[in-house]
Amino acid sequence: MSVTLSAAKQARLVPAVQAKGGRIIAGGTLIVADLNYGADSVALITLDRLGFDKIAVKGGKVTLGAMVTMAAVARDRRLKFLHPVANSIGGPAVRAMATIGGNLFAPAPYGDMTAALLTLDAEITLHDGKATRKLPIETFLAQRRKLQKHCVVSISFAAPSAGTFHYVKVVRRKPVSASVVTIAAVIPQKAGKIKDARIALGAMAANAIRARKAEAALEGRKLGNDIIATAAKLIAAEASPADDAYATAWYRREIAPVHFVRLLAA
Amino acid sequence: MTKVPVEFTLNTREQNEFVETGSTLLSALRDRLGLYGTKAGCHQGTCGACTVIIDGEPHLSCLTLAERCQGKDVTTLEGLAPAGALHPLQQAFMDGFAAQCGFCTPGMILAAKCLLDRNPDPTRDEVVDAISGNICRCTGYEPIIAAILTAAQGMRKPARKRA
Ligand SMILES: Cc1cc2nc3c(=O)[nH]c(=O)nc-3n(C[C@H](O)[C@H](O)[C@H](O)COP(=O)(O)OP(=O)(O)OC[C@H]3O[C@@H](n4cnc5c(N)ncnc54)[C@H](O)[C@@H]3O)c2cc1C
Ligand code: FES
Ligand code: FES
Repeated sequence: MSVTLSAAKQARLVPAVQAKGGRIIAGGTLIVADLNYGADSVALITLDRLGFDKIAVKGGKVTLGAMVTMAAVARDRRLKFLHPVANSIGGPAVRAMATIGGNLFAPAPYGDMTAALLTLDAEITLHDGKATRKLPIETFLAQRRKLQKHCVVSISFAAPSAGTFHYVKVVRRKPVSASVVTIAAVIPQKAGKIKDARIALGAMAANAIRARKAEAALEGRKLGNDIIATAAKLIAAEASPADDAYATAWYRREIAPVHFVRLLAA
Repeated sequence: MTKVPVEFTLNTREQNEFVETGSTLLSALRDRLGLYGTKAGCHQGTCGACTVIIDGEPHLSCLTLAERCQGKDVTTLEGLAPAGALHPLQQAFMDGFAAQCGFCTPGMILAAKCLLDRNPDPTRDEVVDAISGNICRCTGYEPIIAAILTAAQGMRKPARKRA
């Protein structure tokens, strides 16, 4: 096995390295674990010199550089609503290393931050070697395998209005472990009615997915226990969870509605 | 294997090393520098035995490439107290029987140090979170949590006296 490491001087130069089989190393929590298993020879490229570790909050718009760590999110007072998400990912050492960019590529049951970013309807900025492109996160996730040949630069989203963002990660070992099911939801209300609800699930498919049937059940209704129970019945309708060391697919489907109700019910 | 030079601060001393490309900080510490305080457990990030402090934050040395430590400040268990002396956390672990086989102890102590450096007066829950990435097969965690709280208390006392 031979591993080489270089630091990218510009994002636009990264895809050429990836095209030849090279891989970005961000926090390294997934990729170095792979290398330790005895992965093949690989050219690793870091984004350490590109200044991708910045967090910007301007006029209600949040932009997280791809190299921002979970620890940096959990320390940022402007991002209080995301603290429970960042703090649910690994222990403190994992959080100090794990990046937002890497989380977008984490296989299930990982990807808790990605579930939160999906419910925030984030936009991914990436460089394909020729130009910078912007993609809605849902499109990005659908093409994730292919886009691993591109360089994610940043992730932006509108900060949710106070009290509209909800998050729960169900684990078998407190305080932190890999997800059995992760639910992130933004439930805005206008004139007492739910408007543009977004619900995302982690660990319920190969990558984070939206629960559109449950969202539709909430739309235009008054938030209350009846309507939450109706939406809960649909929460796993589009899911295709896996059996793994943490839970069976059956168990994940059984408990997702229970935790959805607990998350939203007053 | 190609070797590359790395310069970093290790336990307050300048360190210049040639490391194999793609090798981890864990292997540099143990195999090249003979610092066996950092334990090698799972090599997958899950046990926390290899925890070190880099630039004030806990890091898993098994998932950190040695080359990426260029210019960084690395602290291992060996750097916690002068030779022959014990850090208050080490003393509290000893006094409170917080180590049985001792394999998890260096990682636990360094994870705890990162907490106490930031938060000298932690709650029990904050202690539990601080060591949540560190697995112990022996103690059942309770003596470890108690030792960290005791060390925190002891470390706060001199500061109070001065005030
Ligand atoms: C003990 C342990 C516990 C964990 N617990 C959790 C958990 O609870 N929840 C969770 O979600 N995850 C968890 N993880 C998984 C992982 O730490 C996180 O998903 C993390 O965010 C991955 O980011 P990274 O920077 O370490 O990725 P890396 O390992 O550096 O990279 C992962 C992949 O993403 C690609 N990549 C990284 N950055 C970019 C970029 N900017 N552009 C294009 N491609 C890129 C890399 O090429 C690689 O293929 C855990 C891992 C460990 C070891
Ligand atoms: S050896 Fe690094 S976490 Fe287990
Ligand atoms: S004392 Fe043996 S693993 Fe913790």
